[in-house]
Amino acid sequence: MTSTTPILLAAAHQPEQLDLVSMLFVFMLATFIGIGVIRRVSRLLHTPLMSLTNAISAIAVVGAIIVAGGQDYPTPIKLLGAVALFASMTNIISGFLITDRMLKMFKSQKAATVAPPPDRSADNSGEGRR
Amino acid sequence: MSATTIIELAYLVAAGLFVMSLHWMGDPKSARRGAFAGMTAMLIAVVATIAKPEVSHHSDFVRHAWVFVPILLAIWPGIWLSLVPLTAVPQRTALSHAFGGLAAGLVGTAKYFYWAGGDGGELTPFIMTAIVVEVVLGFLTLTGSLIAAAKLQEVKWIPQRPWVYRGQNIVNVLAFGLAVVLGVCLIVQPTAAWSPWAFAALIFLALNFGWMLVMPIGGADMPTVIAILNAYAGLAAVAMGFVLDNKLLIVAGALDGSSGLILSIIMCKAMNRSFANVLFGAFGQVQTKAVGGEQKSYKAETPEGAAQILEQATSVVIVPGYGLAVAQAQHRVRELYDQLKKRGIKVRFAIHPVAGRMPGHMNVLLAEAEIPYDDLVEMEEINGDMPQCDVCLVLGANDVVNPAARSDRSSPIFGMPIIDADRARTVFAVKRSKNPGFAGIDNELYFLDKTWMLFGDAKAVVGELVKQLAGSPGH
Repeated sequence: MTSTTPILLAAAHQPEQLDLVSMLFVFMLATFIGIGVIRRVSRLLHTPLMSLTNAISAIAVVGAIIVAGGQDYPTPIKLLGAVALFASMTNIISGFLITDRMLKMFKSQKAATVAPPPDRSADNSGEGRR
Repeated sequence: MSATTIIELAYLVAAGLFVMSLHWMGDPKSARRGAFAGMTAMLIAVVATIAKPEVSHHSDFVRHAWVFVPILLAIWPGIWLSLVPLTAVPQRTALSHAFGGLAAGLVGTAKYFYWAGGDGGELTPFIMTAIVVEVVLGFLTLTGSLIAAAKLQEVKWIPQRPWVYRGQNIVNVLAFGLAVVLGVCLIVQPTAAWSPWAFAALIFLALNFGWMLVMPIGGADMPTVIAILNAYAGLAAVAMGFVLDNKLLIVAGALDGSSGLILSIIMCKAMNRSFANVLFGAFGQVQTKAVGGEQKSYKAETPEGAAQILEQATSVVIVPGYGLAVAQAQHRVRELYDQLKKRGIKVRFAIHPVAGRMPGHMNVLLAEAEIPYDDLVEMEEINGDMPQCDVCLVLGANDVVNPAARSDRSSPIFGMPIIDADRARTVFAVKRSKNPGFAGIDNELYFLDKTWMLFGDAKAVVGELVKQLAGSPGH
């Protein structure tokens, strides 16, 4: 251990093996949840879904802040962190904004202004039309 | 409670909100709530991280600048990138994958050199494996996504067509083998004198992998490539989570990774191709089949004639493709939709999963033109209705309505699920030119007896149709 390493990290070293396994658990469960949740997203929304997950994966910002703002990192390393922080922050801002911008556009029959009333479209699908 | 516990709990809340965010994306009605939940979660995560003792516990202003200056600098490009036209969304998405990859790669590199500069005690084989995976995936995603973005943007010096050379796969496999050897050496010996050089060489290889993987992939496969790169960016974040011992990163990265995985599976299924085939198949480069064997002829129709037939229809299905997006015709299409609806005609849009240039691209473009999403119908749903459809209007779509996919075993797209436009009573196909489509394949649909071609820019042709319909009496 170097003297500069935070005490917390030193403490975390003891049960390291256990912690690795628990991280693998988290990874596995989160993947299953992700697959379950995302399979239910309709194809209609796949583009906004992608820009949303894009913004979510910019969670790399956490690592970037730690490196850029951490106490005893030498300047060249901080610089890498700062660039990473810039890149992930750009993703966060543009990802969420464009997701919302696209989602605002999706309107159902009822919400659309010029569309005919729903009862008529129900008529059209009836067997009389065949 | 210690500050660290509070921060960990904040991460827990953020992780839960990320899951809920994707859950709410399941339904268009709650989707905006989903985006909001994601935003909130990210805000919590950023604030909690800045509040970490190792980041916030110093009074030196210069040190805080290391965090706040990059954040402030990101605001303008972030906003700018969120305002691109919707036709450019695929490029933007690819570009943000590149940024995500860059961030992951740089953080991994920074962590490695920081720890290697100490006594290297933190660089256990497990952590080192995670760093290697993070850095390789990160930098590979960076260059791969940049090439994908350039191809989507149709930058001149990047060929749209697959770029292949003899022995390409051998070169790729050799390079991959070298990367594996370097990776294993680093995991075993993270702090030897040569290790930083090996690490640099690994970064160099990863950067090359990215473009080597995407250059041979043609424009028609871009939806799949974008989805795969999405998964890579997510997995890079997961690896970073392992490196930093941070479960929020693992959860968010896993959500992103599984989203990319599912989308790429959907895309591959929609093209009846395997992952391996997309990555190594170099689709659509050479069209060996001679088209000119027999001279087949098109029948062209004028907008006047087409408008008359459209007026008589009771059910119209419009099949949009990327041609519609290129021509920016979505608003004209909305006018056409209104004209037909006014006459009591049932109008629906048949959306093929790979129509457009990224998953769901067509839906967004049509939603922009305020076409209600109830009338955007998925391929499987509409195909059963196609025989009852009076007029099928193919707007800038090509391969997704090519009946060769059902019948012609020699066709490169054989087996790909298509929209059965050829089963409608009458087909109008709007096409800019007589050239084959993105995949470079000739389309049988255009030669059928019931098919009439409307040549011209999609926007101009649809505009002409609208004019004809608006000019004629209501019913």
